[in-house]
Amino acid sequence: MPNFLPALPEIFIALAGLALLLMGVFQKKDSTTSIGWLSVGVLAVAALLVWTAGVGKATAFDGLFVVDRFAGFVKLMVLLASGLTIVMSLSFLEKEQIGRFEYPVVTLFATLGMLMMVSANNFMSLYLGLELQSLALYVLAAYQRDSLRSTESGLKYFVLGSLASGLLLYGITLIYGFAGSTSFTSLARVFAGTHGEIHAGVITGIVFVLAGLAFKISAVPFHMWTPDVYEGAPTPVTAFFSVAPKIAAFALLVRVMVGPFGDLVAQWQQVVVFISIGSMVLGSFAAIVQTNIKRLMAYSSIGHVGYALIGLAVGNEAGVRGVLIYFAIYMIMNIGSFTIILSMRQKGRLVENIDDLAGLSKTHPMMAFAMAVFMFSMAGIPPLAGFWGKFYVFMAAIEGGMVTLAVIGVLTSVVGAFYYLRIIKVMYFDEVVEAFDKPIGGAMASIMGLSTLFILVFSFVPAPLVASAQAAAASLFAG
Amino acid sequence: MTDWPLLTITTFLPLVGALFILTIRGDAPVVARNARNVALLTSVATFLVSLLIWANFDSSTAAFQMVDKATWLPGFNIAYHLGVDGISLFFVLLSTFLTPLCILASWESIEKRVKEYMISFLILETMMVGMFAALDLVLFYIFFEGVLIPMFIIIGVWGGPRRVYAAFKFFLYTLAGSVLLLLALLAMYFVAGTTDIPSLMAQQFPRDMQLWLWLAFFASFAVKVPMWPVHTWLPDAHVEAPTAGSVILAGVLLKMGGYGFLRFSIPMFPFGSEFFTPLVYTLSVVAVIYTSLVALVQDDMKKLIAYSSVAHMGFVTIGMFALTVQGVEGAVFQMLSHGIVSGALFLCVGVVYDRMHTREIARYGGLVTRMPKYAFVFMVFMLASVGLPGTSGFVGEFLVLLGVFQVNTWVAFFAATGLILGATYMLYLYRRVVFGKLTREELKSILDLSPREVAVFAPLLVLVFWMGVYPTTFLEPMHVSIANLIDKYELALSAAKDLAVAAR
Repeated sequence: MPNFLPALPEIFIALAGLALLLMGVFQKKDSTTSIGWLSVGVLAVAALLVWTAGVGKATAFDGLFVVDRFAGFVKLMVLLASGLTIVMSLSFLEKEQIGRFEYPVVTLFATLGMLMMVSANNFMSLYLGLELQSLALYVLAAYQRDSLRSTESGLKYFVLGSLASGLLLYGITLIYGFAGSTSFTSLARVFAGTHGEIHAGVITGIVFVLAGLAFKISAVPFHMWTPDVYEGAPTPVTAFFSVAPKIAAFALLVRVMVGPFGDLVAQWQQVVVFISIGSMVLGSFAAIVQTNIKRLMAYSSIGHVGYALIGLAVGNEAGVRGVLIYFAIYMIMNIGSFTIILSMRQKGRLVENIDDLAGLSKTHPMMAFAMAVFMFSMAGIPPLAGFWGKFYVFMAAIEGGMVTLAVIGVLTSVVGAFYYLRIIKVMYFDEVVEAFDKPIGGAMASIMGLSTLFILVFSFVPAPLVASAQAAAASLFAG
Repeated sequence: MTDWPLLTITTFLPLVGALFILTIRGDAPVVARNARNVALLTSVATFLVSLLIWANFDSSTAAFQMVDKATWLPGFNIAYHLGVDGISLFFVLLSTFLTPLCILASWESIEKRVKEYMISFLILETMMVGMFAALDLVLFYIFFEGVLIPMFIIIGVWGGPRRVYAAFKFFLYTLAGSVLLLLALLAMYFVAGTTDIPSLMAQQFPRDMQLWLWLAFFASFAVKVPMWPVHTWLPDAHVEAPTAGSVILAGVLLKMGGYGFLRFSIPMFPFGSEFFTPLVYTLSVVAVIYTSLVALVQDDMKKLIAYSSVAHMGFVTIGMFALTVQGVEGAVFQMLSHGIVSGALFLCVGVVYDRMHTREIARYGGLVTRMPKYAFVFMVFMLASVGLPGTSGFVGEFLVLLGVFQVNTWVAFFAATGLILGATYMLYLYRRVVFGKLTREELKSILDLSPREVAVFAPLLVLVFWMGVYPTTFLEPMHVSIANLIDKYELALSAAKDLAVAAR
């Protein structure tokens, strides 16, 4: 009897997703809202299953699937992000009249793919998870099918995403060809004794894998799709894109790089350093000229990925800890910011320009305050939570002796501060043009309130998150 | 009494007040009135609590006192750790003293968004006090940068016509400096394994590393002080900030840089400090002479005082890096004195600005005929700024010159020319604004100081004379700490020299 227990949350989501799909089909009237809340419930149960699973390392499906504290930590983040974005999208779907019950179900399958990615212990299972996730995301991007921009963004994402998947597959075949295995465990064993003296074919393979995954996390120079897709996709989908898939893909990248290729750090480090610097610089400079807030968030997320990549570039336990803390905080502030972007409606019409926020502090003081908190936090100004994300990745960089990378990082963060401040300037210093609609809805307001609270008080009690990120990072290096 | 966590209370009491104001609901005038009252009460209460710190302060030891410690990031050796010594004690008091005055000064001049204004000021107070009291480098950094947020909002929302430009410039300049401090902090943590300030002071960093760390800290503090040539944010920020914002900016925020030198650069990187002293001297002398000359040609009152601040802070950095007891004591005293005097001068400008809504010097003249009380107050602070004996300004400048003369007579000479220039631009300003004939139509109905304004200026006047006539009250508590600082600095240098001799 094979042991399926480690994969229990994934199995549960898969079955529940199918059940919800059937339920939706057999309901006479539109059941988006009820299916939506049920999906949130499914994610919550899955999170509970992840939470209660043991802290030890376990494998399933003949070593294709692995569960450890790292996987647990990332899965909880992904589940939380997916759940919150489903809640955020429900009222949007209703207002835009594009509500169909498939939306939450597709999100559910995307999440399933992400969980698979996080737990992948073999290039085969990695690819399966990644494709399940990607296909669901292509559908979501084009979900507003009567909108030209949305379908365009879906198509663009699909074409470019397939190309990236192709690169990834090509890399995998090269690695398989030259190293003789697709299993992370065997690969790690193969490379352990080589002291970096390996065939150029393997290196080429690693570079292709890196390119494929860099596309998924939208790191420079594979970022070009991000602004267009973020702008074109329906806003709640953008909110979803900017957190859950990014976290999952990054976790996957971390696992691949420090797992099978952990002993080849010297070979891939410079590539990661390059894409990290590229992302930080492009993310901060290109965002300055944006006028659309969704595009701005796209560049901002490119920049944030750059900072997180510093942690990966260091390639040790402190680095991975930094990455995990960074993404946990990034997720909260991003979701918080998107609650405000989703509430940007004038007379029932959705607006997306930064200038539309003018004078928000007078018409919606609480909303403006929350947005200001998120923006200061994204700029990394203490005492807000965003500072700690940067603090821990820079700490890892200094400890790893990568001072130049850290200096570039802090300097771009000053440039980045400029455009975050610009949003605060528009909200606080400019005069009102047209007020947004009120009220924004209870679910939205509570997500906004809770995430603001988290960002504000994190500095008082940082220890729990830091400790669990530490434990999660340690599990990855335990061997 | 002493086992109360006095410093924690002083630090976070304003924050409690801010949270309280946040909950006020109702009509706009009611909210505004209540917000003002709560803010004033909170800040006065904070000041009273901070007086207890002074009362309980033991001036015979250089150790940190009234220490509050709690675990914060276990496993990282980063802790919540507050405490004061003779150097930081008066900066804490300066912050708590100026905040209620600022709130009182903005009683009528701030009409829109009073609630947010008061909240910003109280948060600012928490950040300032916490920064001076922090005994952990990470904690220090958090407060040090946290100050930017409320100040950015204060300048940007309640400032003058070019407020957006000024707010951005202020924020980005200071942020660019302080991110390097963050990296230096992490590098120190990596070597020492802790960010506890007393432990770091005992730590000997390698010589080459000290030079780099010193530069990184310098980048941050020099922008804050501000030293020439990174001072250009200051005139803009001062001119555009509301009066009370300028007072805090000149009174406390500029002192953060000076305090940083004394707390970190000198005790932790003695080699760096020794190596870069000529650089500091050069920049400071340039600041003293150049910015004094620039001040001479200003036609905006606030800008003139802003440039004079740069010049005065040049004195401070000269005194500090003289590294003699008189020099450092003079520097600290000068910072306190400047905090009060320049704050008061900005308030003086604020008084006429509230009435006439212009800061252009040419629009005034002959105010003495209509505003005798104002003319007197302005004169006292103007003379204190010049450094007239009997006022606080004299003591600080005299000690600084005395201290630096023992080390480098040329620097003392150039710094002394700054005194003459200082007298020139201040007297010239005073003559143009207060003396002469009252010819302008719109000035003929101008009113003298109101009782509220008198209440704002009275404590400042008392302090200026107190510090000028009997400076011992303030010099005595800091004496042991400063002597200890210099002893340790010289010990570190001579130990290294002995080692070098032995190696040969």
